[in-house]
Amino acid sequence: MIDFVASLRLWFSPRRLREEGETPDYRFSLANERTFLAWVRTSMALVAGGFAVDQFLPDLRWGWRVGFAISLLAFGALCSLRAINHWVRCELAMRRGEDLPASRFPALLSIAVGLVAALITVALLAGWVG
Amino acid sequence: MSDPAPQRASEPDAERDAGLQPERTRLAWRRTTLTCTVAASLAARQTMRNGGTGGLVALAGILLIWLGFLALAHFRITTLSVARPRGLRWREALATVGCAVTLAACAMPLIMR
Repeated sequence: MIDFVASLRLWFSPRRLREEGETPDYRFSLANERTFLAWVRTSMALVAGGFAVDQFLPDLRWGWRVGFAISLLAFGALCSLRAINHWVRCELAMRRGEDLPASRFPALLSIAVGLVAALITVALLAGWVG
Repeated sequence: MSDPAPQRASEPDAERDAGLQPERTRLAWRRTTLTCTVAASLAARQTMRNGGTGGLVALAGILLIWLGFLALAHFRITTLSVARPRGLRWREALATVGCAVTLAACAMPLIMR
């Protein structure tokens, strides 16, 4: 919780980041940047998935289709917000020489994506059968 | 008993690493630009389907987001092309995330129509 408040304060005074601790080896910072970019790609792919569901599944009923699309878009937005939060927490931990922060987010996201995929499959199959 | 061999062996590694790290980060930016292009293309396709003046405004907005991301990635890639590049700045990270979030926000009214 204290970590969360600390990272939230960084959101509004980013200069603080460079004042904390020591600048780590640039290779570690670049590795952190690549992880951040990988999460941003995941987020953009989820947004693209939201568009794809709406455009390429016209047989689904309006409510289902919009529901799936909106939930994918919401996961995409959440994913990118989490990406920057995690990036800043990792950067801070490296500067202070602390352990990198642990996160439940990857597990939660994979469960959510699996659930949406399963629901879409069921909805499509039900549409074809019924 | 000290063995200097491992230290000597690690020197070329360090040099190679210095070249590879910015390279890999540059490629990561390229990949992200490609992903952004795919998402923006699908968004643009959506506005074509909707049509009308609102669709045109949305198309312009999506084009602007995509161009912004392109410029951002290009800027970061040029700062990575030195021997010891600096880390990502806060506002660069915020702008990157801003592109993704704005794209998702633009998508909501397009899909809810």
